Amino acid sequence: MKDFIIPDRDFGTPAAKAKQMVTLTIDGFDVTVPEGTSIMRAAAEVGISVPKLCATDSIDAFGSCRLCLVEIEGRNGTPASCTTPVAPGLKVHTQNAKLKQLRRGVMELYISDHPLDCLTCSANGDCELQDMAGAVGLRDVRYDAVDTHFKPKNTSGEANPQWMPKDDSNPYFTYDPAKCIVCSRCVRACEEVQGTFALTIEGRGWDSRVSFGAKTDNALASDCVSCGACVQACPTATLQEKSIIEIGTPEHSVITTCAYCGVGCSFKAEMRGDELVRMTPYKHGKANRGHSCVKGRFAYGYASHKERILNPMIRDNIADPWKEVSWPEAMEYAANRMKAIQAKDGRQSVGVITSSRCTNEEAFLVQKLTRAVFMNNNTDTCARVCHSPTGYGLGQTFGTSAGTQDFDSVEHTDVVVIIGANPTDGHPVFASRLKKRLRKGAKLIVIDPRRIDLVDGPHVKAAHHLPVRPGTNVAVVTAIAHTIVTEGLFNEAFIRERCDWDEFQDYAEFVSQPNHSPEATELLTGVKADELRAAARLYAMGGNGAIYYGLGVTEHSQGSTTVIGIANLAMLTGNIGRPGVGVNPLRGQNNVQGSCDMGSFPHELPGYRHVKNDAVRSVFEDMWGVTIDNEPGLRIPNMLDAAVEGSFKGLYCQGEDILQSDPDTKHVAAGLAAMDCVIVQDLFLNETANYAHVFFPGSSFLEKDGTFTNAERRINRVRKVMAPRNGYADWEVTQLFANAMGANWTYTHPSQIMDEIALLTPSFAGVSYEKLETMGSVQWPCNEAAPEGTPLMHIDGFVRGRGKFIRTEYVATDERTGPRFPLLLTTGRILSQYNVGAQTRRTANTAWHAEDLLEIHPHDAEVRGVKEGDWVRLASRSGETSLRATITDRVMPGVIYTTFHHPETQANVITTDFSDWATNCPEYKVTAVQVSPSNGPSEWQLNYAEHAARSRRILPAAE
Amino acid sequence: MLDAATVTDRIEHILEAHQGMEGPLLPILHAVQAEFGHVPQSALPGIAKALNLSKAEVHGVVSFYHDFREAPAGRHVLKLCRAEACQAMGADRVAAHAQKALGIDWHGTTSNGAVTLEPVFCLGLCACGPAAMLDGKPIGRCDEARVDDLIAEARA
Repeated sequence: MKDFIIPDRDFGTPAAKAKQMVTLTIDGFDVTVPEGTSIMRAAAEVGISVPKLCATDSIDAFGSCRLCLVEIEGRNGTPASCTTPVAPGLKVHTQNAKLKQLRRGVMELYISDHPLDCLTCSANGDCELQDMAGAVGLRDVRYDAVDTHFKPKNTSGEANPQWMPKDDSNPYFTYDPAKCIVCSRCVRACEEVQGTFALTIEGRGWDSRVSFGAKTDNALASDCVSCGACVQACPTATLQEKSIIEIGTPEHSVITTCAYCGVGCSFKAEMRGDELVRMTPYKHGKANRGHSCVKGRFAYGYASHKERILNPMIRDNIADPWKEVSWPEAMEYAANRMKAIQAKDGRQSVGVITSSRCTNEEAFLVQKLTRAVFMNNNTDTCARVCHSPTGYGLGQTFGTSAGTQDFDSVEHTDVVVIIGANPTDGHPVFASRLKKRLRKGAKLIVIDPRRIDLVDGPHVKAAHHLPVRPGTNVAVVTAIAHTIVTEGLFNEAFIRERCDWDEFQDYAEFVSQPNHSPEATELLTGVKADELRAAARLYAMGGNGAIYYGLGVTEHSQGSTTVIGIANLAMLTGNIGRPGVGVNPLRGQNNVQGSCDMGSFPHELPGYRHVKNDAVRSVFEDMWGVTIDNEPGLRIPNMLDAAVEGSFKGLYCQGEDILQSDPDTKHVAAGLAAMDCVIVQDLFLNETANYAHVFFPGSSFLEKDGTFTNAERRINRVRKVMAPRNGYADWEVTQLFANAMGANWTYTHPSQIMDEIALLTPSFAGVSYEKLETMGSVQWPCNEAAPEGTPLMHIDGFVRGRGKFIRTEYVATDERTGPRFPLLLTTGRILSQYNVGAQTRRTANTAWHAEDLLEIHPHDAEVRGVKEGDWVRLASRSGETSLRATITDRVMPGVIYTTFHHPETQANVITTDFSDWATNCPEYKVTAVQVSPSNGPSEWQLNYAEHAARSRRILPAAE
Repeated sequence: MLDAATVTDRIEHILEAHQGMEGPLLPILHAVQAEFGHVPQSALPGIAKALNLSKAEVHGVVSFYHDFREAPAGRHVLKLCRAEACQAMGADRVAAHAQKALGIDWHGTTSNGAVTLEPVFCLGLCACGPAAMLDGKPIGRCDEARVDDLIAEARA
């Protein structure tokens, strides 16, 4: 699609990366470009557009449309400018009489097999074929459209066998073969940009057609992951968003940031008035570089879903139906209840949960609410249940609680290690960038109990897959270190220069012990010793080695230990401090990094500074004019325990569904039920709201200004494209509530909140909305030392001084399999759904994933009499639920897997309350379970559904 | 009718035999066609998986080459050249005659399964047009009488 709203020039071919510059002359103008640049791109650099159809700058040149022909003095013929590289001193002509005639002739042929229904075409005004017909001055077509691909019937009324009907199986876009010019842009985008290879050209010559998958597939049945790259690349209406077909072309657009995963893709929200027409990936977004996935590109419909709550609601008792009230009434009611609790049970009896889905500014205000208004440190965030071990582990070893690289770094990697992450589903845009690098020859090591898509797929194959038994990550990581140390593969120069040598020697002595060898741990971990040794050698010796990891590392009783072990591996091999290496946590949510940065944890003020530190506290106290509690507050699990005990009574929970996402659902429910005032702020009546007394309707990311910080520490702007449908942006709601509680906050724009953050937080000192406006985005630390931000961390030395090696002793989790619960359950995500699914379940993404399924190995299924699609009962020591089974050898015998996107399944009824020793991060990834055939939903599920329906009743508005 | 499981079983040895080969897709497709007399659609996912390709890519290759058949041919395959040199020597007339004599259109197979008629674009026999090929054997100067002979031979 052309970019006609913001002039966002298509240069035709990708930028060349060579340092050597070449000067040539195009139409009399001198142009200097890097070696390897195409003539087409060089011309575009000086503002000359060579007509083109099959070229676009997201994919390599192809040279098939023959429209971009040019003449070069001293060379024969008319070469295609897209496939011809520049050379010094060339004299190129892009327009002359001969070229004009050639181009018109080519266009005539294209148009002779294209319907001339421009006025009623969905791409009218957004069609490159239309533009090129204009650019080459096409006035007449000499060829009669006798034999065509676009007429359903010929002149005598017989069906045209060449005509194919529209494929509208995909919920978000259509494929209309009648409009196709077979330029292959979609096929190439699927291959080069997305890396799925779901599209092909079938047949040849006149019979060439774009085909999704094999002969009998349609778009939905093929391998297509609906990333939208093909739609983006299509120059005509052949691949077209259904929203454009329904609404029409947009008239303005706003650059903003996706609100799904931690990749933090930049998007153009293309608007008509305040109606969102489509979201398209922004080419200059530094995290995504013009790519997107099905969630960010298409799954935004939840923001206008009919179930969204737009009015505040209150109720005295959670058994009552909700009553809609005005904002002032809701505020007064909520504040009175919270004040009453604090008056009766003390200032520590209430707390807040900040949201990793909301902006930095909103998270900052919520933690400020508890610290400066409730006067305690009872704040926590959902990072507690995902990446808190990352914060702890990397903080201890390197000195910062964040990943070390930017996403561009993957382009320089030689060996990629993926541990406990499934990027193609969880972080799809990063996965596409990774696959691109793998296709260029980088090697891949996957450490995961499950055979994820990256292990073996089109044009990717892991050099080593170590199928670790859930819960034994530490043993595997330590065995890798054992191999590196005992085989002498460590980088001694790096360690001597950058790390503490004594600590290294202690660590080396520890890992060298024979009980840490791959052979000794093989029985425990299930990973073959020779495979593990080969993987360790590859990581240590294969060039730039980068580790990317996810929740499969952190959500364990030894999550922090594994993170430390990973940091040790990077230090051992010197893979820190330059492009292509590093330790990179793939953060789950759009702003989980930001919410942690903003002081959402009970022991840390913004910028990861401990509340015990008097100097730090005094900075905040001076600014806020209050005395801050010097004792750390309660973590989420502590809040719930305290609630059950009766000492914690009130909670303000913004944009997080703890009932569905936190472990041991029954315990969470008991904790919430025991509180006197639960305030939930969300777009929807989520599961937690079933236990709430006050509901503040939330605003979507389209309805507010702010910033999100992604997994690479990049602070991206979120921009308001429409007024909040609920009346207020989330930060305004928090401010109203704080003021109702007696504060006197007077923010009128989130930029003022960011200014306050910058004043209070050294790593954000240089951040301001003006800077984000000019630079697009910035990676923290951004301060006087690094005014442009910090893409790579620890370049010359670790933030903490010297890198710290810490022993990583494996301690088995208390969650063990036994005769009653012989299988290990591990959990994960799927591409089309997002976390608890509050958003994606309310979009057409359910076409791909309508329910959670239990993956079970054929051996385990057979002995239990479970067949494909059967209902099974899944039971653990904590609880039981029922869901359907699917039989696959992706999981190994003894391990089963499911997703947690649907509240009907409530996979967290099963998970236990074991957690990470350092940070309380729950052990979602290991639960001993049993599976048995069942007839349908369990009694608990039926009761739960009934309870949920009852607690979501809303009283009809008063007459 | 071949079911998918049978196909998977029967292509396994073909895939094994081609392990480690550079550029193995076309040799595998030829071997599959030799095994089944055509390339069954149900073979594509298995081939794609073994070669780390997508099934779309394999489909693209199979559909590019007309000689990879989707369904089995008759016992004999008669190919008649449709290219320019042969057209100049009356290939259209010969083709119409052959279609009438066999009672089938291009790509068709006679109801007794004896003959499949295929068009082909240049057999490299331009000097002796119109050219034909019966079961892989090239035949020059193939006029109506010669076609009748060939058909009689094939039907026998």
